[in-house]
Amino acid sequence: MTAIATEPSTSRGPDHKRKESVLRSIVESNGLVVFLAIVSALVVGALLVMLSDEAVQHASAYFFSRPSDTLSAAWTAISNAYIALFQGSIYNVKAHTFAAGIKPLTNTLTFSAPLIFAGLGLGVGFRAGLFNIGAQGQVILGATMAGYIGFQFHLPLGIHLAVAVVGAILGGALWGFIPGLLKATTGAHEVIVTIMLNYVALYGLAWLLSLKAWQVPGSGNPKSPQVDTTAQWPHLFGDSYNLHWGFVVALAAAVGVWWLMERSILGFTFRAVGANPAAATKSGMNVKLTYVLVMVVAGALAGLAGASQVLGTEKALTGGIAGSIGFDAITVALLGRSRPAGIVAAGILFGGLRASGPTLQAQAGLPIDIVLVIQSVIVLFIAAPPLVRFLFQLPDPRHPKEVTA
Amino acid sequence: MKLELRGITKKFGDFVANDRIDLTVEPGTVHALLGENGAGKSTLMNVLFGLYDADGGEILVDDKVVNFAGPGDAMRAGIGMVHQHFMLIHPFTVAENVMLGHESLQSNRLLDLAAARKRVRELSDRFGFNVNPDALVEDLTVGAQQRVEIIKALSRDANILILDEPTAVLTPQETDELLEIVRQLRDSGTSVVLITHKLREVQAVADTITVIRLGKVVGTAKPTASQVELATMMVGRDVSMTVDKTGANPGDVMLAVKGLSAIDEVGVTTLDDVSFDVRAGEILAIAGVQGNGQTELAEAILGAIDASAGSVTLDGEEMLGKSIREALATGLGFVPEDRTADGLVAAFSIENNLVLDLIREAKFSSRGGLNIAQIEENAAMKVAEFDVRTTSAKATAGSLSGGNQQKVVLARELSRPLKVLIASQPTRGLDVGSIEFVHKRIIAERDRGTAVLIVSSELDEVVALADRIAVMYHGRIVGIVPPNTDRNTLGLMMAGAHQEEVA
Repeated sequence: MTAIATEPSTSRGPDHKRKESVLRSIVESNGLVVFLAIVSALVVGALLVMLSDEAVQHASAYFFSRPSDTLSAAWTAISNAYIALFQGSIYNVKAHTFAAGIKPLTNTLTFSAPLIFAGLGLGVGFRAGLFNIGAQGQVILGATMAGYIGFQFHLPLGIHLAVAVVGAILGGALWGFIPGLLKATTGAHEVIVTIMLNYVALYGLAWLLSLKAWQVPGSGNPKSPQVDTTAQWPHLFGDSYNLHWGFVVALAAAVGVWWLMERSILGFTFRAVGANPAAATKSGMNVKLTYVLVMVVAGALAGLAGASQVLGTEKALTGGIAGSIGFDAITVALLGRSRPAGIVAAGILFGGLRASGPTLQAQAGLPIDIVLVIQSVIVLFIAAPPLVRFLFQLPDPRHPKEVTA
Repeated sequence: MKLELRGITKKFGDFVANDRIDLTVEPGTVHALLGENGAGKSTLMNVLFGLYDADGGEILVDDKVVNFAGPGDAMRAGIGMVHQHFMLIHPFTVAENVMLGHESLQSNRLLDLAAARKRVRELSDRFGFNVNPDALVEDLTVGAQQRVEIIKALSRDANILILDEPTAVLTPQETDELLEIVRQLRDSGTSVVLITHKLREVQAVADTITVIRLGKVVGTAKPTASQVELATMMVGRDVSMTVDKTGANPGDVMLAVKGLSAIDEVGVTTLDDVSFDVRAGEILAIAGVQGNGQTELAEAILGAIDASAGSVTLDGEEMLGKSIREALATGLGFVPEDRTADGLVAAFSIENNLVLDLIREAKFSSRGGLNIAQIEENAAMKVAEFDVRTTSAKATAGSLSGGNQQKVVLARELSRPLKVLIASQPTRGLDVGSIEFVHKRIIAERDRGTAVLIVSSELDEVVALADRIAVMYHGRIVGIVPPNTDRNTLGLMMAGAHQEEVA
């Protein structure tokens, strides 16, 4: 056969499809599987709590002479841990007033706001077929812009906050635009570019904070002055709670993203490009432009996460301002199946795990690492739906479909 | 080896895919399993191959009841299967693919690739497969990949070879080669089960024909049965094997292609000075063996690939340099040759697929937002008009059979006011009923005054639809001939001979 006769699609086809199907199985994972993954993770978490508990370890030394000691120690450890988890994230039953008791829940929601913002951004990317790992960098850029505007400019109430938030959006959007543009023009893979940009953002911020202009005058610490009160998110329920308007904006953003993805031409295009770029192209959609737009939207949302941190929770710019939000948000987006409602729920779940950390440590004597292990185990179960199906003996949904096809 | 299926029943929920199917494959015969898409042929073979558990019935090999827990058991029992979608690892060589799954080792515990190579060469020589054991699978044509699959099965000592829709992906020449291979296999004592809905192939090689409709055996036939008889059994009603159409009534030139050339990424000329006109109200069919530039021609007109020279005008308007969106907006309808890859978003609902390239029209969206009510109404209308068989317009396009998927693509493309319709391989992989339907719609579109360009590697289709036939070879138009040109001449032209030389 001549060179003309080779099928052009055969060489690039399978690779493309494989990547699509991995993304799709994540994006379209079944709600029940997600729920069961959380249950499984909590069970594994219980085992870890048990194993890491000193009383259990001590009692297990004479397990065969008195197994009941081990079992009761294990029960105590596990129940203490989960009670602490509840009290640290939802309601503190030991508090004397409702106002004090409900404080953990407001902390949970405060922690969840940036996770929801960044998770929404990542979800948009996942559904458009982009493995955006760059939320961390985008959060940092957003926080840097918002923080700088917050402490450096002195604007009237209302306007100052608005300008700082817009700055955060632009900063995050820029950090999404770069990998989007590189992918569209040169084909550079977004995973690699976004990971590298995370480092650029992280160390770029560290460098900025080493400059006198970015530090509290005379301190020399890598920490910026506090942002003006005019640039801070107002508290939702007065100053005794940390919860601020950033959370409400995050909920609004979730509604906005839902509209964008389900009800707008742009979202229709995003989804079509994500599900089948070849068919999208032949339908007259501009796939390269779509990649750029998706990354800009994702970056802008992650930038808002940065604003939520620096203008609401931390109120000053530090090297660790983004914590691990950008990475946790990947989990949140996956757990929420890239759907806004799911991301809000997953963001609150993760906010709760975060908020309960100190209580778990203080009250149940549990290392903070165990909380992180539980989070990771949830992801592990989510990422392996067949494992969950096997554990709970669920039928494989794909088989009946093959017949009608 | 004799294979017998007795009363095989397979249900998926309430849906009975196989209803008490009996089938006997005698040793050394070719047994055709004929049925439309979705009739339950593939399900039956998956039951036989141990991929599905049957809800009833039994499988006998040489009169002994067997129980296959999976493909491994079936293969050990001497049953080999070549799936419609090949199970090959593209970056591996032919020999590596063949040894995959039952690798043999040398004494130093390294893979014995030499043995695999030798085995491939033996089988290839014995049946004239012409397959190089060291070639990478990704470099092979689809036909050659299929032969690798057959070698794979034979290398595991298959006495019964199941071929699932083997010709769906092949060119006419490759199809003929495959049929020849099937005959050779039978003559050497291997039984072949041929799953297909193509009547001509069945007539060409089958010894026994079992016809399945809606999960039931509706009868058996001899290969001497006429196509109309077979089609009627398969579809369950009378089918016309010819396309009813009146003479064309050509108007002005709608699509004019002049000196169109294109070069691909690796520098190969794919289109070489192609010129032709298509008039309003006529069908020009491009015939040719696949891979001779037809795909590139259609894509260059659409604007999906860049032309290196020439011009394409649609109703006087230059098309080259336009984006795909602009090209569609000038009144071009496009049915791509690979509907699942280029025509549909499988994960999207039928509803959304029906507006995939119409979404920006005022009817379906306003100020950036989708008009869901209109999209739903449009879907209800099109599903009814094009007889798309589905439980709901919200079902994904991927859940539809090939014929229904093609109806969705066609319904969408015909919902815009068109000046030119380009349809590539419009009926590839479709069953008889759907082919009839698609052909009728295309002719109706012609009669409405649209200029139609059909690209097809099925000569039957070209002859049935065309008002004029252009034959392509190596990126060039060899000649443009009337539809009553005899097949022999067309065949020679498809092999590159010029019209004058043939005549």
